[in-house]
Amino acid sequence: MAAPVEQRSGAVVDLAFRWVTAGAAWLVLLLLGGVALSMAWGGRLAFKTFGWHFVINREWDVVGAKFGALVPIYGTLVTSAIALIIAVPVSIGIALFLTEIAPRWSRAPIAIAIELLAAIPSIIYGMWGLFVFAPFMASHVEPWLADHLGSKAIIGPLFSGPPIGIGMLTAGIVLGIMVIPFIAAVAREVFIAVPAPLRESAVALGSTRWEILSRVTLPYTRSAVIGAIFLGLGRALGETMAVTFVLGNAHDLSASLLMPSNSIAAAIANEFAEADTDLYRSSLIALGLLLFVVTFIVLTIAKLMLLRMNRQFGRTH
Amino acid sequence: MAIPARRRIADVLAFGFALLATLFGLVWLTWILWITLRQGFAALTPSLFTQMTPPPGTSGGLLNAFYGSAVMILLGLMIGAPLGVAAGTYLAEHGRYSRLAGVVSFVNDILLSAPSIVIGLFVYELVVRTSGHFSGYAGAIALAMILLPIVVRTTEESLRLIPDQMREAGFALGLPRWRVTRQILYKAALSAILTGILLGVARITGETAPLLFTALNNQFWSANLNAPLANLPVVIFQYAMSPYDEWHTLAWAGAFVLTTFVLLLNISVRLLARRGRQK
Repeated sequence: MAAPVEQRSGAVVDLAFRWVTAGAAWLVLLLLGGVALSMAWGGRLAFKTFGWHFVINREWDVVGAKFGALVPIYGTLVTSAIALIIAVPVSIGIALFLTEIAPRWSRAPIAIAIELLAAIPSIIYGMWGLFVFAPFMASHVEPWLADHLGSKAIIGPLFSGPPIGIGMLTAGIVLGIMVIPFIAAVAREVFIAVPAPLRESAVALGSTRWEILSRVTLPYTRSAVIGAIFLGLGRALGETMAVTFVLGNAHDLSASLLMPSNSIAAAIANEFAEADTDLYRSSLIALGLLLFVVTFIVLTIAKLMLLRMNRQFGRTH
Repeated sequence: MAIPARRRIADVLAFGFALLATLFGLVWLTWILWITLRQGFAALTPSLFTQMTPPPGTSGGLLNAFYGSAVMILLGLMIGAPLGVAAGTYLAEHGRYSRLAGVVSFVNDILLSAPSIVIGLFVYELVVRTSGHFSGYAGAIALAMILLPIVVRTTEESLRLIPDQMREAGFALGLPRWRVTRQILYKAALSAILTGILLGVARITGETAPLLFTALNNQFWSANLNAPLANLPVVIFQYAMSPYDEWHTLAWAGAFVLTTFVLLLNISVRLLARRGRQK
């Protein structure tokens, strides 16, 4: 009889197919675990040598074999903070524009144009930043900042120093431009998904469109918008090439945003291929582990916030 | 009934801000593209595609870098895409309600946004350190790891969009699950999965960080994947950071080719996907 044989072989192939796909799924898990383990393994020499001082020591002395991560950590946090200060309001503005204001025919082209910001390779941002934007900052923006804000009481130290264009402020702005499309895309998606009856009842109560955004749309989509912001933060923390070009690779701690600094990703990109001692290489991998752990936490928060929004939508629909 | 002036002004201000924010985003896009196209177009020469990367002070081209990039992208595609489609299939089909699928789906989203420099370090530890030398294979593996989560995500999403009636119709005909998946679901989701793969290719084309210490670079012509391999992004990086004018010019030419390729691929894939959806 032909049929049972065919059925049996079908079942065998079915099982094989299931195993192959499940194996590929396991591989995704293994990769993430592998990344974490290999960073921890590669960085163990640095952690063993320096202990917790690795994180709080500002010294990065290649010749004396003393490595502390404070300057790259500080530079990473400051540039990412600048990026979010710029990108969050702009992204929400773009999402608002695309869902409420723009003429219908123009929405798709504008949305694609904003998404193209994410498609441009980061090395192009870096080249543009180094050759065009940093000189622009040095000749037009930074002298003005130093003159007008540099002597103010509290924020003065942030904006003092020579206007050289390469530094944390420039890097933060470039990062901000780079994360705008990620935050704007999620914000636009959830703004569109707000149930029409909610908006309609606000309109019926006589709300202006600003009031609809600030009192209906934003509170309703809050957890997703926070998720989007964390997604942008995760991107900003780990962005490498653009920052490497415009941050200056300086291992000095300075309060001024106009001064060169370093970031975790930029330090690894600049120095890893030339690291010639085990301790040096291990210190850079330990930096990579710190970056991985921090972005992992940030992205997990982002994902959880976005999932919460999905569940909320699931309930209301 | 007139709305009080204060509320009206707040409304106008908010909308003015939204308009400005959008213009702000578009200005950067235009500025960056304009500079890249102008500088790059001026640097284009026929020798770009016929000569090797030169030492400082002499002229040359980027042929070895184009070749190395193309080979590593193809190899990365050949490794990453099938694995991604398989894992995505598990998440959407065989393991749909399993615990493993939930965890993998979550982890995949994190890999999707994980810093690519960390992927580079991982492949360094995994391949370069164990084999003892930088190689094109290591670069291709790093690119495959960047591509994988993108393909997993789009495969899962596009399979989930297919109504269950299609699956049930297949089962009703007595087809085993793998045939339903292969002959019905993959066909229905083909254009969406291809869109995801091609967008992933656009993404890995511009990736620099994971190649810095896996493929490294090679100033000379080399077709040996088991040795350091020249590639466009790393050449652009090294030449742009150098103090030599000839190298800057070549870096701009490379940036032009890279950006044009990535953007054209992106736009055409999106347009095709849109047309496919409208049909």
